[in-house]
Amino acid sequence: MQYLVSVIDDKNNPGSTDRRPAISAFNERLIAEGYWVFAGGLADTDAATVIDNRGEQAVFSDGPFVESKEYLAGVWVWEAPDLDVALKLATEASKVCDRKIEVRPFQ
Amino acid sequence: MSDVEEAVTRAHHEEWARVVAALTRRFGDLDIAEEAAAEAFATAVERWPADGVPANPGAWLTTTAKRKAIDRLRRENKRDDKQKEAWMLYDDPPEHLGAIDDDQLRLIFTCCHPALGMEARVALTLRMVGGLTVPEIARAFLVQESAMGRRITRAKAKIKAARIPYRVPTAEDLPTRLSGVLTVVYLVFNEGYLATGPDTDPVRHDLTAEAIRLTRMVRHLMPDDGEVAGLLALMLLTEARRTARVSAGGELVILDEQDRGAWDAPLIAEGHRLVRERLAAAAAGEAPGRYQILAAINAVHTSARDMRDTDWSQVLALYDQLVRLDSSPVIALNRAIAVAELDGPEVALATVGRLEHRLAGYHAYHATRADLLLRLGRGQESRAAYDKAIDLAGNTAEAAYLTRRRDQLR
Repeated sequence: MQYLVSVIDDKNNPGSTDRRPAISAFNERLIAEGYWVFAGGLADTDAATVIDNRGEQAVFSDGPFVESKEYLAGVWVWEAPDLDVALKLATEASKVCDRKIEVRPFQ
Repeated sequence: MSDVEEAVTRAHHEEWARVVAALTRRFGDLDIAEEAAAEAFATAVERWPADGVPANPGAWLTTTAKRKAIDRLRRENKRDDKQKEAWMLYDDPPEHLGAIDDDQLRLIFTCCHPALGMEARVALTLRMVGGLTVPEIARAFLVQESAMGRRITRAKAKIKAARIPYRVPTAEDLPTRLSGVLTVVYLVFNEGYLATGPDTDPVRHDLTAEAIRLTRMVRHLMPDDGEVAGLLALMLLTEARRTARVSAGGELVILDEQDRGAWDAPLIAEGHRLVRERLAAAAAGEAPGRYQILAAINAVHTSARDMRDTDWSQVLALYDQLVRLDSSPVIALNRAIAVAELDGPEVALATVGRLEHRLAGYHAYHATRADLLLRLGRGQESRAAYDKAIDLAGNTAEAAYLTRRRDQLR
Protein backbone atom coordinates (compact mmCIF):
# COMPACT_ATOMS: atom_id res chain seq x y z
CA MET A 1 0.00 0.00 0.00
CA GLN A 2 1.37 3.42 -0.92
CA TYR A 3 0.76 6.55 1.07
CA LEU A 4 1.32 10.17 0.14
CA VAL A 5 2.93 11.81 3.14
CA SER A 6 2.68 15.58 3.09
CA VAL A 7 4.78 17.89 5.19
CA ILE A 8 2.67 20.89 6.17
CA ASP A 9 4.20 24.17 7.21
CA ASP A 10 2.48 27.21 8.64
CA LYS A 11 3.36 30.73 7.49
CA ASN A 12 2.35 32.16 10.87
CA ASN A 13 4.24 29.61 12.89
CA PRO A 14 6.94 28.09 10.66
CA GLY A 15 8.91 25.03 11.76
CA SER A 16 12.61 25.36 12.46
CA THR A 17 14.97 25.64 9.46
CA ASP A 18 17.79 23.42 10.73
CA ARG A 19 16.07 20.08 10.09
CA ARG A 20 17.93 19.02 6.95
CA PRO A 21 20.52 16.71 8.57
CA ALA A 22 17.86 14.98 10.68
CA ILE A 23 15.61 14.52 7.63
CA SER A 24 18.51 13.05 5.64
CA ALA A 25 19.18 10.53 8.39
CA PHE A 26 15.47 9.67 8.56
CA ASN A 27 15.42 9.18 4.77
CA GLU A 28 18.38 6.81 5.02
CA ARG A 29 16.42 4.74 7.48
CA LEU A 30 13.26 4.75 5.32
CA ILE A 31 15.35 3.45 2.44
CA ALA A 32 17.12 0.82 4.56
CA GLU A 33 13.83 -0.46 5.95
CA GLY A 34 12.12 -0.56 2.58
CA TYR A 35 9.49 2.16 3.07
CA TRP A 36 10.99 4.84 0.84
CA VAL A 37 9.49 5.33 -2.63
CA PHE A 38 10.01 9.03 -3.22
CA ALA A 39 10.81 12.21 -1.33
CA GLY A 40 11.10 15.84 -2.26
CA GLY A 41 11.10 19.24 -0.62
CA LEU A 42 9.15 21.98 -2.39
CA ALA A 43 10.11 25.55 -3.24
CA ASP A 44 8.03 28.37 -1.78
CA THR A 45 4.37 28.52 -2.88
CA ASP A 46 5.18 31.87 -4.56
CA ALA A 47 7.04 29.86 -7.17
CA ALA A 48 3.89 27.91 -8.14
CA THR A 49 1.98 28.43 -11.39
CA VAL A 50 -1.55 27.16 -12.02
CA ILE A 51 -2.60 26.18 -15.55
CA ASP A 52 -6.27 25.86 -16.52
CA ASN A 53 -6.82 24.49 -20.00
CA ARG A 54 -10.38 23.29 -19.54
CA GLY A 55 -11.71 26.12 -21.67
CA GLU A 56 -10.78 27.28 -25.12
CA GLN A 57 -7.48 28.69 -24.12
CA ALA A 58 -4.95 27.78 -21.50
CA VAL A 59 -4.87 30.30 -18.67
CA PHE A 60 -1.76 30.64 -16.54
CA SER A 61 -1.97 32.18 -13.14
CA ASP A 62 0.77 33.07 -10.74
CA GLY A 63 0.83 31.48 -7.30
CA PRO A 64 -0.67 28.37 -5.67
CA PHE A 65 -4.17 27.04 -6.48
CA VAL A 66 -5.30 27.91 -3.01
CA GLU A 67 -3.96 30.64 -0.77
CA SER A 68 -3.73 29.54 2.82
CA LYS A 69 -1.58 30.02 5.87
CA GLU A 70 -0.82 26.33 5.87
CA TYR A 71 0.87 24.97 2.79
CA LEU A 72 2.60 21.92 1.44
CA ALA A 73 6.33 22.13 2.13
CA GLY A 74 7.35 18.71 0.90
CA VAL A 75 6.14 15.20 0.12
CA TRP A 76 7.09 11.59 0.56
CA VAL A 77 5.64 8.50 -0.99
CA TRP A 78 5.95 5.51 1.33
CA GLU A 79 5.25 1.86 0.80
CA ALA A 80 3.82 0.46 4.04
CA PRO A 81 1.79 -2.67 4.83
CA ASP A 82 -0.98 -0.76 6.62
CA LEU A 83 -1.98 2.57 8.17
CA ASP A 84 -0.58 1.71 11.59
CA VAL A 85 2.91 1.37 10.13
CA ALA A 86 2.50 4.59 8.14
CA LEU A 87 1.20 6.49 11.19
CA LYS A 88 4.09 5.31 13.32
CA LEU A 89 6.58 6.56 10.73
CA ALA A 90 4.63 9.79 10.29
CA THR A 91 4.74 10.38 14.05
CA GLU A 92 8.53 10.24 13.84
CA ALA A 93 8.55 12.33 10.67
CA SER A 94 6.64 15.12 12.38
CA LYS A 95 9.32 15.34 15.08
CA VAL A 96 12.13 15.06 12.55
CA CYS A 97 10.69 17.80 10.30
CA ASP A 98 9.28 19.90 13.17
CA ARG A 99 6.10 20.21 11.11
CA LYS A 100 2.62 18.68 10.78
CA ILE A 101 2.30 15.61 8.58
CA GLU A 102 -0.69 14.38 6.59
CA VAL A 103 -0.90 10.72 5.60
CA ARG A 104 -3.18 9.93 2.69
CA PRO A 105 -3.52 6.59 0.92
CA PHE A 106 -3.23 6.24 -2.82
CA GLN A 107 -6.23 4.60 -4.46
CA MET B 1 -42.12 -12.29 24.38
CA SER B 2 -42.08 -15.87 23.09
CA ASP B 3 -39.18 -18.20 23.90
CA VAL B 4 -37.94 -18.00 20.33
CA GLU B 5 -38.05 -14.19 20.26
CA GLU B 6 -36.17 -14.19 23.53
CA ALA B 7 -33.58 -16.56 22.08
CA VAL B 8 -33.12 -14.28 19.07
CA THR B 9 -32.74 -11.21 21.29
CA ARG B 10 -30.28 -13.00 23.53
CA ALA B 11 -28.31 -14.29 20.55
CA HIS B 12 -28.22 -10.76 19.17
CA HIS B 13 -26.77 -9.47 22.43
CA GLU B 14 -24.33 -12.30 22.89
CA GLU B 15 -23.34 -13.25 19.38
CA TRP B 16 -23.56 -10.18 17.13
CA ALA B 17 -19.99 -8.98 17.76
CA ARG B 18 -18.66 -12.50 17.44
CA VAL B 19 -20.36 -13.01 14.07
CA VAL B 20 -19.24 -9.63 12.70
CA ALA B 21 -15.71 -10.20 14.01
CA ALA B 22 -15.37 -13.67 12.51
CA LEU B 23 -16.68 -12.51 9.15
CA THR B 24 -14.47 -9.45 9.06
CA ARG B 25 -11.42 -11.62 9.54
CA ARG B 26 -12.59 -14.13 6.98
CA PHE B 27 -13.57 -11.60 4.27
CA GLY B 28 -11.40 -8.64 5.27
CA ASP B 29 -14.30 -6.25 4.84
CA LEU B 30 -16.51 -4.65 7.49
CA ASP B 31 -19.28 -3.91 5.01
CA ILE B 32 -19.66 -7.51 3.95
CA ALA B 33 -19.45 -8.66 7.58
CA GLU B 34 -22.09 -6.20 8.77
CA GLU B 35 -24.53 -6.98 5.99
CA ALA B 36 -24.11 -10.74 6.23
CA ALA B 37 -24.50 -10.67 10.02
CA ALA B 38 -27.72 -8.66 9.69
CA GLU B 39 -29.00 -11.14 7.08
CA ALA B 40 -28.13 -14.08 9.32
CA PHE B 41 -30.13 -12.62 12.21
CA ALA B 42 -33.05 -11.90 9.86
CA THR B 43 -32.91 -15.54 8.75
CA ALA B 44 -32.92 -16.64 12.40
CA VAL B 45 -36.08 -14.60 13.00
CA GLU B 46 -37.71 -16.38 10.04
CA ARG B 47 -36.48 -19.88 10.67
CA TRP B 48 -36.12 -20.44 14.38
CA PRO B 49 -39.88 -20.35 15.13
CA ALA B 50 -40.41 -23.28 12.72
CA ASP B 51 -37.10 -25.14 13.00
CA GLY B 52 -36.45 -24.51 16.67
CA VAL B 53 -33.55 -22.65 18.25
CA PRO B 54 -30.26 -24.35 17.27
CA ALA B 55 -28.19 -25.93 20.03
CA ASN B 56 -25.35 -23.50 19.39
CA PRO B 57 -26.92 -20.26 18.15
CA GLY B 58 -23.56 -18.51 17.72
CA ALA B 59 -22.16 -21.21 15.45
CA TRP B 60 -25.42 -21.35 13.49
CA LEU B 61 -25.41 -17.59 12.98
CA THR B 62 -21.73 -17.50 11.96
CA THR B 63 -22.19 -20.31 9.44
CA THR B 64 -25.35 -18.73 8.04
CA ALA B 65 -23.66 -15.33 7.81
CA LYS B 66 -20.68 -16.85 5.99
CA ARG B 67 -23.03 -18.47 3.44
CA LYS B 68 -24.81 -15.15 2.95
CA ALA B 69 -21.50 -13.38 2.41
CA ILE B 70 -20.34 -15.96 -0.12
CA ASP B 71 -23.70 -15.72 -1.93
CA ARG B 72 -23.28 -11.99 -2.11
CA LEU B 73 -19.73 -12.24 -3.41
CA ARG B 74 -20.87 -14.74 -6.08
CA ARG B 75 -23.53 -12.30 -7.23
CA GLU B 76 -21.12 -9.39 -7.36
CA ASN B 77 -19.24 -9.15 -10.60
CA LYS B 78 -17.29 -6.09 -9.75
CA ARG B 79 -14.91 -7.88 -7.44
CA ASP B 80 -11.60 -9.06 -8.64
CA ASP B 81 -12.04 -12.71 -9.71
CA LYS B 82 -8.88 -13.93 -8.08
CA GLN B 83 -9.79 -12.38 -4.75
CA LYS B 84 -13.25 -13.91 -5.05
CA GLU B 85 -11.79 -17.30 -5.70
CA ALA B 86 -9.51 -17.01 -2.71
CA TRP B 87 -12.49 -16.24 -0.49
CA MET B 88 -14.47 -19.18 -1.84
CA LEU B 89 -11.69 -21.72 -1.50
CA TYR B 90 -10.46 -20.56 1.86
CA ASP B 91 -11.06 -23.30 4.35
CA ASP B 92 -11.82 -22.08 7.84
CA PRO B 93 -9.38 -23.29 10.42
CA PRO B 94 -11.15 -24.85 13.42
CA GLU B 95 -12.10 -22.05 15.76
CA HIS B 96 -10.81 -22.30 19.28
CA LEU B 97 -12.06 -19.99 21.97
CA GLY B 98 -8.92 -17.85 21.97
CA ALA B 99 -9.28 -17.14 18.26
CA ILE B 100 -12.85 -15.93 18.69
CA ASP B 101 -11.81 -13.62 21.51
CA ASP B 102 -8.97 -12.29 19.37
CA ASP B 103 -11.40 -11.57 16.55
CA GLN B 104 -13.62 -9.53 18.84
CA LEU B 105 -10.66 -7.57 20.17
CA ARG B 106 -9.52 -6.89 16.61
CA LEU B 107 -12.99 -5.60 15.81
CA ILE B 108 -13.07 -3.33 18.86
CA PHE B 109 -9.61 -1.89 18.23
CA THR B 110 -10.41 -1.31 14.56
CA CYS B 111 -13.66 0.52 15.35
CA CYS B 112 -11.86 2.67 17.94
CA HIS B 113 -8.86 3.42 15.73
CA PRO B 114 -7.31 6.83 16.45
CA ALA B 115 -7.28 7.73 12.74
CA LEU B 116 -11.10 7.92 12.91
CA GLY B 117 -12.89 10.92 14.38
CA MET B 118 -14.32 10.42 17.87
CA GLU B 119 -17.95 10.57 16.66
CA ALA B 120 -17.17 7.99 14.00
CA ARG B 121 -15.51 5.71 16.56
CA VAL B 122 -18.53 5.86 18.82
CA ALA B 123 -21.00 5.22 15.99
CA LEU B 124 -18.97 2.42 14.45
CA THR B 125 -18.43 0.69 17.81
CA LEU B 126 -22.14 0.79 18.61
CA ARG B 127 -23.00 -0.59 15.17
CA MET B 128 -20.29 -3.22 14.66
CA VAL B 129 -19.60 -4.32 18.22
CA GLY B 130 -22.83 -3.38 19.99
CA GLY B 131 -25.11 -4.42 17.13
CA LEU B 132 -27.33 -1.34 17.45
CA THR B 133 -29.10 -0.39 14.24
CA VAL B 134 -28.35 2.88 12.48
CA PRO B 135 -31.75 4.37 13.49
CA GLU B 136 -31.08 3.40 17.12
CA ILE B 137 -27.67 5.07 17.10
CA ALA B 138 -29.08 8.13 15.35
CA ARG B 139 -31.77 8.45 18.05
CA ALA B 140 -29.21 7.99 20.81
CA PHE B 141 -27.17 10.94 19.58
CA LEU B 142 -30.07 13.07 18.31
CA VAL B 143 -28.72 12.97 14.78
CA GLN B 144 -30.72 12.44 11.59
CA GLU B 145 -30.73 8.81 10.50
CA SER B 146 -29.29 9.66 7.09
CA ALA B 147 -26.46 11.67 8.69
CA MET B 148 -25.65 8.81 11.07
CA GLY B 149 -25.70 6.37 8.15
CA ARG B 150 -23.24 8.55 6.27
CA ARG B 151 -20.99 8.83 9.32
CA ILE B 152 -20.76 5.05 9.59
CA THR B 153 -20.35 4.55 5.84
CA ARG B 154 -17.55 7.13 5.74
CA ALA B 155 -15.75 5.46 8.64
CA LYS B 156 -15.93 2.06 6.96
CA ALA B 157 -14.73 3.58 3.68
CA LYS B 158 -11.74 5.16 5.43
CA ILE B 159 -10.83 1.88 7.11
CA LYS B 160 -10.78 0.24 3.70
CA ALA B 161 -9.13 3.05 1.69
CA ALA B 162 -6.41 3.86 4.21
CA ARG B 163 -5.96 0.20 5.14
CA ILE B 164 -6.54 0.49 8.85
CA PRO B 165 -5.44 -2.96 9.97
CA TYR B 166 -7.75 -5.53 11.53
CA ARG B 167 -5.41 -6.30 14.36
CA VAL B 168 -4.85 -6.14 18.08
CA PRO B 169 -2.20 -3.43 18.62
CA THR B 170 1.36 -4.40 19.53
CA ALA B 171 2.26 -4.58 23.23
CA GLU B 172 4.03 -1.25 22.87
CA ASP B 173 0.92 0.54 21.56
CA LEU B 174 -1.61 -1.39 23.60
CA PRO B 175 -1.93 0.94 26.64
CA THR B 176 -2.64 4.02 24.50
CA ARG B 177 -4.96 2.20 22.14
CA LEU B 178 -6.86 0.54 24.98
CA SER B 179 -7.27 3.87 26.69
CA GLY B 180 -8.80 5.10 23.39
CA VAL B 181 -11.29 2.20 23.47
CA LEU B 182 -12.25 2.99 27.07
CA THR B 183 -12.76 6.65 26.15
CA VAL B 184 -15.27 5.56 23.51
CA VAL B 185 -17.32 3.36 25.84
CA TYR B 186 -17.19 5.92 28.67
CA LEU B 187 -18.46 8.55 26.25
CA VAL B 188 -21.41 6.30 25.41
CA PHE B 189 -22.04 5.83 29.14
CA ASN B 190 -21.90 9.53 29.92
CA GLU B 191 -24.17 10.41 27.02
CA GLY B 192 -26.66 8.04 28.67
CA TYR B 193 -26.02 9.20 32.20
CA LEU B 194 -25.99 12.92 31.53
CA ALA B 195 -28.18 12.93 28.46
CA THR B 196 -28.31 16.39 26.90
CA GLY B 197 -31.04 18.06 24.91
CA PRO B 198 -34.35 19.65 25.83
CA ASP B 199 -36.53 16.73 24.71
CA THR B 200 -34.39 13.92 26.06
CA ASP B 201 -34.98 11.78 29.10
CA PRO B 202 -32.54 12.89 31.80
CA VAL B 203 -31.03 9.42 31.96
CA ARG B 204 -30.88 7.21 28.88
CA HIS B 205 -30.81 3.73 30.32
CA ASP B 206 -30.40 2.18 26.87
CA LEU B 207 -27.04 3.93 26.49
CA THR B 208 -25.72 3.31 30.00
CA ALA B 209 -26.69 -0.36 29.69
CA GLU B 210 -25.03 -0.64 26.28
CA ALA B 211 -21.84 0.97 27.60
CA ILE B 212 -21.75 -1.46 30.53
CA ARG B 213 -22.32 -4.38 28.17
CA LEU B 214 -19.45 -3.25 25.93
CA THR B 215 -17.16 -2.77 28.94
CA ARG B 216 -18.05 -6.24 30.22
CA MET B 217 -17.11 -7.58 26.80
CA VAL B 218 -13.73 -5.81 26.92
CA ARG B 219 -13.25 -7.05 30.49
CA HIS B 220 -13.96 -10.61 29.37
CA LEU B 221 -11.40 -10.22 26.58
CA MET B 222 -8.76 -8.47 28.72
CA PRO B 223 -9.39 -9.76 32.26
CA ASP B 224 -5.97 -8.67 33.56
CA ASP B 225 -6.20 -5.00 32.68
CA GLY B 226 -6.69 -2.76 35.71
CA GLU B 227 -8.20 0.21 33.90
CA VAL B 228 -10.82 -1.99 32.21
CA ALA B 229 -11.80 -3.31 35.66
CA GLY B 230 -11.73 0.24 37.00
CA LEU B 231 -14.00 1.60 34.28
CA LEU B 232 -16.46 -1.27 34.71
CA ALA B 233 -16.56 -0.65 38.48
CA LEU B 234 -17.01 3.08 37.92
CA MET B 235 -19.93 2.48 35.55
CA LEU B 236 -21.58 -0.08 37.85
CA LEU B 237 -21.34 2.15 40.92
CA THR B 238 -22.74 5.08 38.94
CA GLU B 239 -25.48 3.03 37.30
CA ALA B 240 -26.46 1.61 40.71
CA ARG B 241 -27.65 5.09 41.74
CA ARG B 242 -29.47 5.78 38.49
CA THR B 243 -33.05 5.45 39.72
CA ALA B 244 -32.36 7.33 42.97
CA ARG B 245 -30.73 10.17 41.08
CA VAL B 246 -33.81 11.51 39.31
CA SER B 247 -37.08 12.20 41.16
CA ALA B 248 -40.50 11.14 39.91
CA GLY B 249 -40.94 14.74 38.79
CA GLY B 250 -37.83 14.53 36.60
CA GLU B 251 -35.59 16.53 38.88
CA LEU B 252 -32.00 15.69 39.75
CA VAL B 253 -31.61 14.38 43.30
CA ILE B 254 -28.13 15.19 44.62
CA LEU B 255 -26.10 12.56 46.42
CA ASP B 256 -26.89 14.13 49.81
CA GLU B 257 -30.64 13.70 49.31
CA GLN B 258 -30.76 10.35 47.53
CA ASP B 259 -32.67 7.46 49.04
CA ARG B 260 -29.76 5.12 49.53
CA GLY B 261 -32.15 2.20 49.99
CA ALA B 262 -33.14 2.67 46.34
CA TRP B 263 -29.61 2.03 45.13
CA ASP B 264 -29.09 -1.21 43.24
CA ALA B 265 -27.37 -3.43 45.82
CA PRO B 266 -26.13 -6.20 43.44
CA LEU B 267 -24.51 -3.61 41.14
CA ILE B 268 -22.86 -1.93 44.12
CA ALA B 269 -21.62 -5.29 45.43
CA GLU B 270 -20.13 -6.12 42.03
CA GLY B 271 -18.53 -2.66 41.77
CA HIS B 272 -17.07 -2.95 45.26
CA ARG B 273 -15.68 -6.40 44.42
CA LEU B 274 -13.87 -4.95 41.40
CA VAL B 275 -12.53 -2.02 43.41
CA ARG B 276 -11.22 -4.38 46.09
CA GLU B 277 -9.54 -6.42 43.39
CA ARG B 278 -7.81 -3.27 42.12
CA LEU B 279 -6.87 -2.10 45.61
CA ALA B 280 -5.13 -5.42 46.15
CA ALA B 281 -3.25 -4.93 42.86
CA ALA B 282 -2.30 -1.39 43.91
CA ALA B 283 -1.06 -2.70 47.25
CA ALA B 284 1.10 -5.14 45.28
CA GLY B 285 2.69 -2.20 43.49
CA GLU B 286 0.57 -1.76 40.36
CA ALA B 287 -0.03 1.99 39.93
CA PRO B 288 -3.76 2.65 39.42
CA GLY B 289 -4.99 4.67 36.43
CA ARG B 290 -7.70 7.31 36.46
CA TYR B 291 -10.70 4.99 36.07
CA GLN B 292 -9.54 2.89 39.00
CA ILE B 293 -9.21 5.98 41.19
CA LEU B 294 -12.60 7.32 40.08
CA ALA B 295 -14.11 3.91 40.87
CA ALA B 296 -12.48 3.99 44.32
CA ILE B 297 -14.00 7.43 44.98
CA ASN B 298 -17.40 6.08 44.02
CA ALA B 299 -16.82 3.07 46.25
CA VAL B 300 -16.26 5.41 49.21
CA HIS B 301 -19.54 7.21 48.45
CA THR B 302 -21.52 4.01 48.00
CA SER B 303 -20.10 2.54 51.22
CA ALA B 304 -21.50 5.36 53.36
CA ARG B 305 -24.89 4.82 54.92
CA ASP B 306 -25.61 8.53 54.57
CA MET B 307 -23.84 11.66 53.43
CA ARG B 308 -22.52 12.50 56.93
CA ASP B 309 -21.09 9.02 57.12
CA THR B 310 -18.89 9.64 54.06
CA ASP B 311 -15.15 9.27 54.60
CA TRP B 312 -14.27 12.65 53.06
CA SER B 313 -10.58 12.48 53.92
CA GLN B 314 -10.41 9.26 51.93
CA VAL B 315 -12.24 10.95 49.06
CA LEU B 316 -9.82 13.89 49.16
CA ALA B 317 -6.78 11.61 49.29
CA LEU B 318 -8.06 9.83 46.18
CA TYR B 319 -8.66 13.15 44.39
CA ASP B 320 -5.13 14.23 45.29
CA GLN B 321 -3.89 11.05 43.66
CA LEU B 322 -6.08 11.66 40.63
CA VAL B 323 -4.93 15.26 40.19
CA ARG B 324 -1.37 14.00 39.82
CA LEU B 325 -2.48 11.84 36.86
CA ASP B 326 -5.00 14.16 35.28
CA SER B 327 -4.66 17.92 35.46
CA SER B 328 -8.14 18.51 34.02
CA PRO B 329 -9.99 21.40 35.71
CA VAL B 330 -13.12 19.24 36.04
CA ILE B 331 -11.20 16.90 38.36
CA ALA B 332 -9.96 19.92 40.33
CA LEU B 333 -13.57 21.13 40.63
CA ASN B 334 -14.74 17.80 42.01
CA ARG B 335 -11.81 17.78 44.41
CA ALA B 336 -12.98 21.16 45.72
CA ILE B 337 -16.30 19.60 46.72
CA ALA B 338 -14.42 17.23 49.03
CA VAL B 339 -12.39 20.20 50.31
CA ALA B 340 -15.65 21.96 51.22
CA GLU B 341 -16.67 19.00 53.39
CA LEU B 342 -13.33 18.90 55.19
CA ASP B 343 -12.12 22.51 55.35
CA GLY B 344 -15.37 24.40 54.87
CA PRO B 345 -17.00 26.28 51.99
CA GLU B 346 -14.73 29.34 52.22
CA VAL B 347 -11.55 27.39 51.48
CA ALA B 348 -13.35 25.46 48.72
CA LEU B 349 -14.68 28.66 47.15
CA ALA B 350 -11.15 30.04 46.85
CA THR B 351 -10.03 26.80 45.17
CA VAL B 352 -12.98 26.89 42.79
CA GLY B 353 -12.37 30.55 41.95
CA ARG B 354 -8.96 29.69 40.57
CA LEU B 355 -10.62 27.51 37.91
CA GLU B 356 -12.79 30.27 36.46
CA HIS B 357 -10.75 30.97 33.34
CA ARG B 358 -10.91 27.29 32.35
CA LEU B 359 -14.43 26.41 33.43
CA ALA B 360 -16.49 29.57 32.87
CA GLY B 361 -18.55 27.74 30.20
CA TYR B 362 -19.23 24.64 32.32
CA HIS B 363 -22.53 24.51 34.21
CA ALA B 364 -21.13 22.42 37.09
CA TYR B 365 -18.57 25.12 37.85
CA HIS B 366 -21.34 27.68 38.41
CA ALA B 367 -23.55 25.18 40.24
CA THR B 368 -20.70 24.34 42.64
CA ARG B 369 -20.00 28.04 43.24
CA ALA B 370 -23.70 28.71 43.76
CA ASP B 371 -23.89 26.00 46.41
CA LEU B 372 -20.73 27.19 48.21
CA LEU B 373 -21.92 30.83 48.17
CA LEU B 374 -25.27 29.72 49.53
CA ARG B 375 -23.57 27.90 52.39
CA LEU B 376 -21.61 31.08 53.12
CA GLY B 377 -24.84 33.09 53.28
CA ARG B 378 -24.01 35.13 50.17
CA GLY B 379 -27.49 34.80 48.66
CA GLN B 380 -27.30 37.38 45.94
CA GLU B 381 -24.04 36.06 44.49
CA SER B 382 -25.36 32.54 44.84
CA ARG B 383 -28.46 33.42 42.83
CA ALA B 384 -26.36 34.92 40.04
CA ALA B 385 -24.24 31.76 39.93
CA TYR B 386 -27.39 29.59 39.76
CA ASP B 387 -28.61 31.72 36.84
CA LYS B 388 -25.44 31.00 34.93
CA ALA B 389 -25.54 27.29 35.79
CA ILE B 390 -29.16 27.00 34.60
CA ASP B 391 -28.30 28.73 31.33
CA LEU B 392 -25.49 26.29 30.66
CA ALA B 393 -27.07 23.04 31.92
CA GLY B 394 -27.93 20.75 29.00
CA ASN B 395 -29.58 18.04 31.10
CA THR B 396 -33.26 18.60 31.89
CA ALA B 397 -33.11 17.07 35.40
CA GLU B 398 -30.11 19.16 36.38
CA ALA B 399 -31.74 22.34 35.08
CA ALA B 400 -34.91 21.54 37.06
CA TYR B 401 -32.94 20.98 40.26
CA LEU B 402 -30.87 24.14 39.84
CA THR B 403 -34.00 26.19 39.11
CA ARG B 404 -35.68 25.01 42.30
CA ARG B 405 -32.58 25.77 44.35
CA ARG B 406 -32.37 29.25 42.88
CA ASP B 407 -36.04 29.93 43.43
CA GLN B 408 -35.73 28.93 47.09
CA LEU B 409 -33.35 31.86 47.44
CA ARG B 410 -36.00 34.43 46.64
